Amino acid sequence: MKRYDAIIIGAGHNGLTNAAYLAKAGLDVLVVEKNDYIGGAAVSRELFEGWTYSNCSYVCSMMRQALHRDLDLSRHGLMLIPYLGTINFDDHGNSLVSYHSEEAAYNELKRHSRHDADAMFRIQADLTRYAQVIRKTLLRTPPDPARLRVRDIQELLFLARQFWSLGEKEIYEYVRFFTLSAADFLDEYFETDLIKSSMASSGIIGTALGVQSPGTSYILLHHVMGDVDGNIGSWGLARGGMGAISKAIHSALTSFGGEVRTNAEVERILVRGGRATGVALTSGEEINAKIVVSNLDARRTFTRIMDKKDLPPGIFEKAMNYKFHGSSGKVNIALSALPKFTNVPDNPYMNRGSQVYPGSMETMERAYDCWKRGRWSDVPFVESIIPSAWDPTVAPPGKHWMSNFIQYCPAELADGPWTPEKRDQFGQTVIDRIETMSPGFKDLIEHMEVRTPHEIEQEVGLTEGNIFQGELTIDQLLFNRPFPGYAQYRMPVKNMYMCGSSTHPGGGVSSACGANAAREILIDLKKPSTVPEDDCYDE
Amino acid sequence: MSSFDRSLERARPTHFQPRLEEYNIKGGWSSWNGYKSAEYYYDVALEYFSVRNACGSYDICPMQKYFISGPDAQRMLDRMVTRDVTKMRVGRVSYVLWCTDEGRLIDDGTIFRLSEDEFMLTCGSPCTAWLKKSCFGFDKLWVRDRSDDLAALSLQGPTSCAVLKKMGLTGIESAKPFAIQHFEFNGTSLMVSRTGFSGDLGYELWVEPEQALALWDALYAAGSDFGIHPFGEEATNMLRLEAGFIMPGYEFNEALKTVHFRHDQTPFELNLAWMVDFNKPHFNGRAALLEETKRGPRYTLVKLEVDGNKPAEGSFVYDSAKCSSDVGYVCSAMWSPVVKSNIALAMIETQYLDGELWAEINFSKELRHYSKVARCHIKKAPFWAPERARSTPPLDY
Repeated sequence: MKRYDAIIIGAGHNGLTNAAYLAKAGLDVLVVEKNDYIGGAAVSRELFEGWTYSNCSYVCSMMRQALHRDLDLSRHGLMLIPYLGTINFDDHGNSLVSYHSEEAAYNELKRHSRHDADAMFRIQADLTRYAQVIRKTLLRTPPDPARLRVRDIQELLFLARQFWSLGEKEIYEYVRFFTLSAADFLDEYFETDLIKSSMASSGIIGTALGVQSPGTSYILLHHVMGDVDGNIGSWGLARGGMGAISKAIHSALTSFGGEVRTNAEVERILVRGGRATGVALTSGEEINAKIVVSNLDARRTFTRIMDKKDLPPGIFEKAMNYKFHGSSGKVNIALSALPKFTNVPDNPYMNRGSQVYPGSMETMERAYDCWKRGRWSDVPFVESIIPSAWDPTVAPPGKHWMSNFIQYCPAELADGPWTPEKRDQFGQTVIDRIETMSPGFKDLIEHMEVRTPHEIEQEVGLTEGNIFQGELTIDQLLFNRPFPGYAQYRMPVKNMYMCGSSTHPGGGVSSACGANAAREILIDLKKPSTVPEDDCYDE
Repeated sequence: MSSFDRSLERARPTHFQPRLEEYNIKGGWSSWNGYKSAEYYYDVALEYFSVRNACGSYDICPMQKYFISGPDAQRMLDRMVTRDVTKMRVGRVSYVLWCTDEGRLIDDGTIFRLSEDEFMLTCGSPCTAWLKKSCFGFDKLWVRDRSDDLAALSLQGPTSCAVLKKMGLTGIESAKPFAIQHFEFNGTSLMVSRTGFSGDLGYELWVEPEQALALWDALYAAGSDFGIHPFGEEATNMLRLEAGFIMPGYEFNEALKTVHFRHDQTPFELNLAWMVDFNKPHFNGRAALLEETKRGPRYTLVKLEVDGNKPAEGSFVYDSAKCSSDVGYVCSAMWSPVVKSNIALAMIETQYLDGELWAEINFSKELRHYSKVARCHIKKAPFWAPERARSTPPLDY
């Protein structure tokens, strides 16, 4: 019976990246995927004729360009394109337009507050400084500060050097920053609520925390530390949808001789004598491998496809306690035309990007309160984006595809489980919210797909539909991700590894988790690394 | 009110000027052959991506357009350029070079064969005087400079064919690369060639000046659902570098404008040997170029992928990381957004091509200058060469 060098469970972008780097090193690899399509949450499918929906992740800025280049993903069909035009709406219908040109951006901020227009320069400098440090850690394995082997010491020194290079004052600021709430952090800069809430929304996306919760300032940073061609903080689109990322990595993987099997759901990771030896599929088939890599999240890996008896004491509990709160929903809409928005200049660079509905700091915090009570807010935070206004391939000419991300949406409702009716009510709340700033919007809808954490978990397999495979709070970051002592991609069972966003550096479609895990596996196999170094060290 | 007369100091408007002004909200103008030409319209990256992702239009009115007709036209051009013009079929376009007697490159351009006896020669810089010299000995031909009275617009990018089809140019999808087609437009003739300077699918449209604005409007009406946007010189420079195309002022110094004899280039140095056809009889520069084939070019233009993400603009290239003796220089360099790579075209002394190459890169951060040394890797293929640029009909965008 055939024995693979490595089996990777889950054909999301990190699983595919991991497999690609192992295959590039000459390993015989197989990726098994439960769905009949690949991509995990970096996926695009034609769910309505003529429209390609990216029905999970929808924008891209963290994809490591060193990996993109190294895997030759452009030749394999991937193109990342920047987009312009973000508008934030408050509860009273006022708008804050993020102009691309510096002078227009400044004038727009000045329209709201002369003070805040100046402060924006300061916060951008501060965020860039913080981002530059953290960006350099993305494509590196976190050190283990308790074990202190040579590599751990080297990596700790690397981290220390990065922090020292900031200067004494900034080290204090940085440490404070990690524990602040987005609201407290922004209060130090701004006086206008709409400007604050526009910035604060990055601190809650995908997170079961409110703008007032400690730790949300780091999440804010996580959302502005990506870049498009060196423009830190910019977001881009994958041409053809987010699935183009997975498809390109898949194409690179097969060019190295790797295999992918869809409709192959893993029932159990096989463990014999403390070593992973392969996987058993739900079909009953068993596949042997020298190495098993799980791209599933930590809870799913350890509590669903592993036998508790195979695990050392405490791991099962750690996985159960790993924080995964389902807090986000998604509404994907096919539109017959480009919607128009009130209080926004009719400017082609403005009306076609993203529309964000933070409302106010208070509105976002109230929406969080609703989530805590097991319901969704009547005034949810919505981030809409219209990729088809930039990407000609995702909707028929003249028609449009709109992605709406909603914070917050509970994984479990207070009044009982999710039903199709409740799901549709949730969708209705979202389009009602958009209609307030775009009269006639509903008449443009040709098709709509509503996804609550329930659908995301059922379909993609993310526990509670958590988009990051676990909250990005400081207790679950860097050498604590997923658990202290297991941050170097090696898991408590021998020959078993993790490569998904539950590991460092977390979610955001960076491919870094998969690549970092591949580097560690190759070290254990005493093979030369195929994973390139990041190219952001000159920043 | 000033009484000074500065009219000649202002760049002249092109036939598309009223439309270009609407888009050029940043005043990003430069000039090209005395015409007003956009460096950029709003944002270089946006314009660059309009071409790589959708389609963009570039005003090529300032390009030089010479109509050469008569029984001797073919013989004259064949003697002037390094490729074999006699092999060109009617309705085809050919990329050409022309050199001095010493084999030094004067300019590059395109020849359109409009009929057996009529050609259009296009090029970036005026070449009336050289054409006159080239006509020496031929009397049965006429040269007409139509640079000012023929409007031209380049439409480049994956959706360009779809836009032209939507505009009503039925059958445009059957045009092969370097083919010419003619269409009726508002009762006049619209010539479309499947040519361009972007390395992607693209077309160039040639029309009488009085139809220029109508053409623009028809194109933009058809293109509104296909991401059409004008692009300027800066985006053009990025696009052509990714395609590996040379540009005067970057990769070569036009021979007739060169002061020092070592500062111009031969086609072999520019890695364009395939453009020189020794199978045909005498052409300008033939003897010198034949001589060069014996000893090989001193320099060779290569495509480089440079480690890291700092463009190697203006860098020297060395044979080791110690940077003790230089073996070449970078002509053009940029960060390529589509391939996520730090790319360059560089002139390297041919004898050093097989060894290691390192570029010393200077860059600055917040007014402070830094320098680093980065390994360079020679690439054979263009950095960007999508299948759709070659296939007929073009692949779906």
